[in-house]
Amino acid sequence: MTVKQISVFVENTPGKLAEFAKVFYENGINMRALSVADTKDFGILRVIVDDVYRAACVLKEAGYVCSITKVLAVAIPDEPGGLYHVLDALGKANINLEYTYAFNARNKGKAYMIFRVEDNEKAIEALTKSGFRPVCQDEF
Amino acid sequence: MTEHYYQPDIECASREQIKKWQSERLVKQVRHVYEHVPYYRKMMEEKQVTPDDIQSVEDLHKLPFITKDDLRDAYPYGLLAKPLKDCVRIQSTSGTTGRRVVAFYTQHDLDLWDDCCARAIMAAGGTNEDVVHVCYGYGLFTGGPGLNGGSHKVGSLTLPMSSGNTDRQIQFMCDLGSTILCCTPSYAAYLGESINERGLKDQIKLKAGIFGAEAWTEEMRRDIEKSLGIKAYDIYGLTEISGPGVAFECSEQTGMHINEDHFIAEIIDPNTGEVLPEGEKGELVFTSITKEAFPLLRYRTRDICVLSREKCSCGRTHVKMSKPMGRSDDMLIVKGVNVFPSQIETVLLNKGYAANYQIIVDRVNNSDTIEVQVEMTPEMFSDSLGRMEEREKELVGALKAMLGIYAKVKLVAPKSIERSEGKAKRVVDKRHLY
Repeated sequence: MTVKQISVFVENTPGKLAEFAKVFYENGINMRALSVADTKDFGILRVIVDDVYRAACVLKEAGYVCSITKVLAVAIPDEPGGLYHVLDALGKANINLEYTYAFNARNKGKAYMIFRVEDNEKAIEALTKSGFRPVCQDEF
Repeated sequence: MTEHYYQPDIECASREQIKKWQSERLVKQVRHVYEHVPYYRKMMEEKQVTPDDIQSVEDLHKLPFITKDDLRDAYPYGLLAKPLKDCVRIQSTSGTTGRRVVAFYTQHDLDLWDDCCARAIMAAGGTNEDVVHVCYGYGLFTGGPGLNGGSHKVGSLTLPMSSGNTDRQIQFMCDLGSTILCCTPSYAAYLGESINERGLKDQIKLKAGIFGAEAWTEEMRRDIEKSLGIKAYDIYGLTEISGPGVAFECSEQTGMHINEDHFIAEIIDPNTGEVLPEGEKGELVFTSITKEAFPLLRYRTRDICVLSREKCSCGRTHVKMSKPMGRSDDMLIVKGVNVFPSQIETVLLNKGYAANYQIIVDRVNNSDTIEVQVEMTPEMFSDSLGRMEEREKELVGALKAMLGIYAKVKLVAPKSIERSEGKAKRVVDKRHLY
C-alpha cells in the first residue's frame, strides 16, 4: 500500500537540476512526479519513477547520494475540496505530515497526493477508515 | 617624531652586550630546566647534550627543538619549571584538547612580559600622557592582558575595553579621547569603517595603533592608517613564548624588533632543522631565556620569516623579524584564533561525516570568515529537510565548541571537492595575507 520514492541530494547552484534530469533522460527513465525542497545551499529532490531500482542504480552510478523512502500515494478527485477531505482525515487521526506534494494522473479527473509520514501503517488505517485508498507502486 | 624608549639601555644596547646577556641567561636557563624539568632532561639526554655543553649562545644549536607536539605530550604541567605555588597566572591559546597550549607565569614572568609590551607601546609613540584603548580580548587570550600590563608600565591611562560592542568602543574613544588603539588589524579596519560611516572621524583623537594576533598586509596597513588617521604598528607574539610583545615595530615600520634580552631567535630550515644564515627565509625558533615558570628552549613557531640585523633608524639594536610570510604547518589564524584542519576533521568524523571536506577562509568587510564544505554521504543523507538542517546545526555547534569561533557549514555533492593525487585540497585561503 506504499510507493517507493527516490530522494536525491543536489547542490543549489545553476545547472545542477538540469544535470540530474540529463541522467534520467540518457537512461530513458520517466518521472511521474517531482518535488524539490531547498535551502540556500542544497536541495532534496523527491521523485516517483516507474522503475525505482534502475533509477536508483543509474543515480548512484552518476555519483549522486540518494535514498529510497516508502511514502503514501492517495488518489483524490481532481476537484475543489478533494485535498481537504484527505487532509482532514489525516489531521483528525493526529498524523503529522513531514512533507507532501501533488501531481495529476494520466487519466483525467484524478490527482495524486504523496504523503511522507512517520508511521505509514497508522496513516493507512486512518485513510482507509475515511474511504481513501492508498495506491500501490504498480498502479502508476 | 622623537623616538621614545621604555628601556633605552637595553633596547639600544651594543650587539656585544646583547650577546653577553643572551649567553649568561641561556647557560643559566639550560641548567635550570635540566635540573627541574624531567621532560627537558630526557630530551637532552636523548640528544646527548648536558648543560656543560652549553657555554654560550653559540652552543644553542646543540639543544633539541621543542614543538607543539611536545607541549601536548607534556600538558598541562610537564614543562613547568617552577613549583605551582610560585605561579600566579595561566594564559592559554584557543583550541581544545590536544591543541590547546597552557602557559604559566610567575609574577616575575608577568613583569617582564609587561615590560616587553611597554616597549611596544613606547615604540608606537606612547607615553604617560596617552590613553591606551585595548580591545583585544581579555581572559585566557594573551592579547588583552599583555597590552593592558604594558600600558600600566608606561603609565598611560588604560581602557580595558576587551573585544566586541563596536558602538561602545567608538563612544568611549570619542568621550575619553583614546590616543592609542590596540586590537587585531581586521578589527581596526572595521572600527575605521564604522567611525567614518558615523561621521565621527573628527571626534576621535587616535594617533597610533598596535595591531597583531593575525596576519595583515601592507595594503591593509595603509587602509587602516588612512581611515583612522593614525600610524599603524605591527606586534608579534605567541602564548608559548609569553604573548604579544615578543617583537614589535618601531617608527621605521620595516620589521619587528625582537626583545632579544628575553628571547633568542633563530631561523631554521623547516625540513632539516639546520640553522640558516642571517637574511635567509625559514622557520622562526625561539628560546625564552628569562622565563621562570614556562621556559621553552628552541621552540619551533612554524612561522616562516626573515631576520635582519641591519642598523635601524630608530636606534634600537635588537634584531628585526619580517612579518610572517607563511606557516610551515597547516595552522590557520582566523579572527585571531588558531585553527588546525585536523580539529575540523575530528569533529566531522565524530559526527559521522566523511573526511572529504574543504575549508574556505576569506575576509569579507575586513572580517575573517570560515566555511567548512562537507561532501554528502549516503549515511548522512535524509529525505527530510528538517532532519538535514538539524544535523547541519549540530555540526555547526560541534565546530564552535572545538574551534571557539563560528564556522559556516555547507553540504556539497559527493566528489565535488577538488582532489589532487586522490587527496582533497584541505584549505583554500582567499585572504592572500602572505
